[in-house]
Amino acid sequence: MIAAAAAEPVSHTALWMFLAFVAATLVITYFSARKSTGASAYFAAGRRITGWQNGLAVAGDYMSAASFLGIAGMIAFNGYDGFMYSVGFLVAYLTVLFIVAEPLRNAGKYTMADVLAYRLKPRPVRAAASLSTLTVSVFYMIAQMVGAGTLVRQLLPGVSYEVAVIGVGVLMVVYVVFGGMLATTWVQIIKAILLMSGSIFLSILVLKRFDFDLAKFFTSLTAIASTGANGEVVTRNFLTPGLLFKNPWDQISLGMALVFGTAGLPHILIRFYTVPDAKTARSSVVWAMIIIGLFYIMTTFFGFGAASLLGPDYIKAHGGTNMAAPELAHVLGGEVFFAFISAVAFATILAVVAGLTISASTSFAHDFFTNVIHHGREHRPGEEVKVARITAFVVGAAAIVIAIVLGPEVNVAFLVGLAFAVAASANLPVIVFSIFWKRFTTTGAVCGLLVGLASSILLILVSPDFMKDAWFPLKNPAIISIPLGFLGAFLGTFLTREPSAEALFAELKVRANTGLGAEKASPH
Amino acid sequence: MADWGAIEADPDFIALLKAKAGFVAPATAFFVVYYFALPIGVGWFPGMMETKVLGDVNLAYLFALSQFFMAWILAFMYVAVAAGWDRRAAAVIAKFQGGGAQ
Repeated sequence: MIAAAAAEPVSHTALWMFLAFVAATLVITYFSARKSTGASAYFAAGRRITGWQNGLAVAGDYMSAASFLGIAGMIAFNGYDGFMYSVGFLVAYLTVLFIVAEPLRNAGKYTMADVLAYRLKPRPVRAAASLSTLTVSVFYMIAQMVGAGTLVRQLLPGVSYEVAVIGVGVLMVVYVVFGGMLATTWVQIIKAILLMSGSIFLSILVLKRFDFDLAKFFTSLTAIASTGANGEVVTRNFLTPGLLFKNPWDQISLGMALVFGTAGLPHILIRFYTVPDAKTARSSVVWAMIIIGLFYIMTTFFGFGAASLLGPDYIKAHGGTNMAAPELAHVLGGEVFFAFISAVAFATILAVVAGLTISASTSFAHDFFTNVIHHGREHRPGEEVKVARITAFVVGAAAIVIAIVLGPEVNVAFLVGLAFAVAASANLPVIVFSIFWKRFTTTGAVCGLLVGLASSILLILVSPDFMKDAWFPLKNPAIISIPLGFLGAFLGTFLTREPSAEALFAELKVRANTGLGAEKASPH
Repeated sequence: MADWGAIEADPDFIALLKAKAGFVAPATAFFVVYYFALPIGVGWFPGMMETKVLGDVNLAYLFALSQFFMAWILAFMYVAVAAGWDRRAAAVIAKFQGGGAQ
C-alpha cells in the first residue's frame, strides 16, 4: 500500500516517543520497587500521595483510550450525541465526592470490601465483593487490551495485534508486580499530564484554524457533509441531537450506569486509600473533577473540530472512527504531533490497565486470600503482598491470552458498559447501605452483590449487542439492574436480622464521619 | 478504644450529621435531576433543544456544557461547607479524648 510507505517515518517517531514513555515509567517502577516494602506501601503507596497528585492519578486511572479516541470519533461522525457521553463521565464524580470517597477512606484499609466487612460477617461479604471486583476489573481490562491491540495496528503499521497485546500486558504486570501502587500512581500522573497537554495543544490548533473565533467554529458545524451508506452525500447540522441515538431510554440507562457506576469502580475507589486522610481524599476528587471536566469539554474542540476540518469521509478513509483525534493531529500539527498523540494514546491505555491490575490483585490477595481462605491472618509476614504480586502476574497473563483469543475484530464496547453497570448495580447499593443503614445484614450484602452482578451480565447477554432479536431492548442494563441490586440488598436484609452488625453501626458511623481511628500514613 | 456509643449519642455529633445530610441530600437530588433532564430533554423534546440561543449554538449544547459548570460549582460548594464539618468533627473527637475515653 502507498499509504503504508508514506506512514513509515511517522511510525518511527511514534515508536521512539512511546519507548521514551516506557523508559521513564520503568525508571519510576525501579525507584518505587525500592520503596515498596510492606503491605501499606505496596497496596496504598504508604498513604502519602498528596491531594493534587491523587487527583491527577484518579484522572489518569479513569480517562481511558475509549474516552480519548472513542468519544472524539463519535463526535466526529455523529456530532452532538457523542458529546453527551462526555457529560456523564464528569457528573459521576459528584456521587464519588458526596457519598463514597470520605467514608471509604475513613473506615477502610485497602479495598472496597473493607468497608462492607467492617460490621458484617467478613468471609461471605468479602468473597462476594471480590468476585464482583474481579469481574469488573477483568472485563474492563480485556476491553482495554483489545483496544490497545487494534489501535497499535493503525498507529504503528509494523507492529502486529499480538505483539501489541503482549507488550501492553507485560508492561502492566511489570509496573504492578515490582512497583506496586506507587509506580501505578506515577504512571497515571504522567499519563494524565501527557493527555491534558496533547488535548490542550490539539484544541488550540483547531481554534487557530477558526482565528480563535468561537462563533465561526460553531457555525462551521452546522453544515457537515458526509457520504451515506447508499453513496449519497448528505449535509447535516452536527449540533443537532439524535444523529446517533434513536431510543432515548438507551441514553437514560447509560447515564445511570455512568453516574452511579463510577462510585463503584474498584480501581477508582482504591485510589482514595493512597492519601493521608479523608480531607485529602476530598480534595483529590475535586482536583480530578477539574482535570476530567476540562478534558471532556475539550472533546468539543477536537471531536467537532475533526468533523469540521477533516470531515467524516476523510477519517473513514484514514483508519476509521478511532483515528479521528490522531488524524486531526496529523493534519494540523504534522508528523511529530501525530506521533505525540499516538504515544499519548498508548500511555492512556497503560495507565488504565495498570490501575485495573492492581485493583484486581489487591482484592484477590487482601479480600479472598487473607480474609476468606486464611480467616484474616497472614501465616507468614509479607504473604499478602506476595500473593498480590503472583495474582497480578496471573491476571496479566490471562488478560493477554483472552485478548489474543478474542482477536482484534471482536466488538468490546459492551465490556466497558458492562463494567460500569456491574459497578453501579452490585457495588454501589451495598456500599451505600453499609454506610447509611443500621439494619443492613450480611445476607443483604451478599444478595445485593450477586443480584446486581448476575442481572447486569444476564441482561447484557440478551441485549442488542449479543442477540439479533434481543429480548432486552437496551444496550446498557443499568436502568433495570441498579434497582434489582438495591432490591436484592433490601430483601436479603429484610428477611434476616443481625444484631452484631447493628451493634457495630455506632462505631462505623463515628469512624466514617470523624476519621477517628482511620489508617494513618506511613512515616518516612 | 474510644467509646463509640457515647460519641454517637453526643448532641454535637448528631448535629454534625444533620448538617452534612442537610447539604448532601438536596445537592444529590439536584444534580441527579439536573443531569437526567439532559437525556430526557434531548430524547423527548428535541424541537425545543434545537432552539438556537447564541448564534448557531443551540440549547442542547449549552445545556450539556452547563452540566460541567454545575458539577464544578457543587463540588466547590461541598468543599467550602465540608471545611466547617472538619472543624466540628475535630471538636467532637477532642471532647472525648480530652475526657480520657481513650
